[in-house]
Amino acid sequence: MQRIYLDYNATTPVRAEVRDAVLPFLNELFGNPSSRHFEGRQVKTKIEAARDQVAKAIGADPERIVFNAGATEGNVTVLRGYQVNYKEKKGRNHIIISAVEHPAIYDTAKKMAGEGYEVTIVPVNGDGDLDLAFLKSAIKETTGLISVMTVNNETGVIYPIKEIAKIAREKGILFHTDAVQAIGKMPFNVKDIDADFVTLSGHKCYAPKGVGALYIKKGKRLDPLLTGGHQENNRRSGTENVVGMVALGKALELATAEMSADRERIGKIRDEFERRVLAEVPHARRNGGEHNRLYTTSNISFRFVEGEAIQLKLDYHGIAVSTGSACSSGTLDPSHVVMAMCNGDEEEAHSSIRFSFGKYSKMEDVGYVVDRIKEVIAQLRSFSPLYDKFMNSQGK
Amino acid sequence: MDYTEKVMDHFMNPRNVGKIEDANAIAEVGNPSCGDVIKMYLKINGDMIEDIKFQTFGCGAAIAVSSQTTEMVKGKSLKEALEVTRDQVADELGGLPPIKMHCSNLAADALHKAVKTYMLEHGIA
Repeated sequence: MQRIYLDYNATTPVRAEVRDAVLPFLNELFGNPSSRHFEGRQVKTKIEAARDQVAKAIGADPERIVFNAGATEGNVTVLRGYQVNYKEKKGRNHIIISAVEHPAIYDTAKKMAGEGYEVTIVPVNGDGDLDLAFLKSAIKETTGLISVMTVNNETGVIYPIKEIAKIAREKGILFHTDAVQAIGKMPFNVKDIDADFVTLSGHKCYAPKGVGALYIKKGKRLDPLLTGGHQENNRRSGTENVVGMVALGKALELATAEMSADRERIGKIRDEFERRVLAEVPHARRNGGEHNRLYTTSNISFRFVEGEAIQLKLDYHGIAVSTGSACSSGTLDPSHVVMAMCNGDEEEAHSSIRFSFGKYSKMEDVGYVVDRIKEVIAQLRSFSPLYDKFMNSQGK
Repeated sequence: MDYTEKVMDHFMNPRNVGKIEDANAIAEVGNPSCGDVIKMYLKINGDMIEDIKFQTFGCGAAIAVSSQTTEMVKGKSLKEALEVTRDQVADELGGLPPIKMHCSNLAADALHKAVKTYMLEHGIA
């Protein structure tokens, strides 16, 4: 069966150009970049070229880029590194994060709250926008770190990180942003934003899984989670993931070159999809404000039906999507992101589906997908007790 | 999340869905905030469940257990219906993922609630 993949925020396929770029490193270019002999030096040159590519994509100096295993490592390194390198010295044990951070930040910060830290979680409104006034008023003498993501993975909502970085700077507070969903998809310049730490990940931008990078501003320090060798200038031990690094460099170079064309094309598909779903499926609601969102993502709640059931049925019809419903995540709680926007209406969170578009999405698939959604939602509502109750209350 | 073929069959082609307009026993369990609500409609004649239908808001497992449960008790006596357990329903389906055993395996509860209420109202011991 022909598959229609609409889950690019979960992961992306590796681009053919990226795959081709790494093939020599699975063959003849096998040397350990730390070795001083020819085999090693040859590979060392290539990972430094990859570092340049990554740096260029985010407007950084190459020596500020630390390659790692991905966004979870990057995010946890920032929080745990903060604990080691900053808190003790300055006695600043207060951290501020947003209510919609990725679990690597959200859950780690919550853990730190149990370790003597004070953690403030800044709420978002029904559109997913951050309460900036709340953030400002939460700042105190002991605040040492603010972490707010650039783009939310579930809703595509874009956060005003430049403004938040400025607020942090004025108070001598460090600022970190998890930019996993943004980099390669929208203009992003670390110097313009003036962030101290930035997390990015390979497999969200057409490089393989298991590679990412952390930007660390000049003069700032974060101790590695794993200690041992001197790799990455003593900032991340372990023999280099050469294939991953080369891939990430190539992927970001391509993404930067193709960004504006992608934005135009993919944005049109997303907009057309969303317009049709909201117009043609009754009781469908968009999660996230209409305008302040990345062009890749559409998160919709289909009232009276449960997300996992929708996801399974769409999968049967060849369409891959994600849900914020608890039932598919292996936990008992629905998405904390959609919950934060639903004013505590858990039913809406259980009913949410994320559609995310990317490089291989096609406008001509939109009709098929919308038709299957209409069909699946109608089927599931036909025996939903909540829908029945609602229709009775409407006198139908 | 691995569902057995039988779970998927009951989910994709649920048996006995909908309402019974002249049902004489109805019960609902679950809560929308937990992501599962199961409502059972029974038509009981004498000691027998003549007809049974369900409405379910919930995940694939919740829909499949509802469908499976109705199949297991349609045409059976009230006593037999009360003997059907959650675990038996899951076994009949070839098993459920562990996390679903508690949160979504609610259909037997709805069935028991409907039957017990009916017995109470009709003075059946």
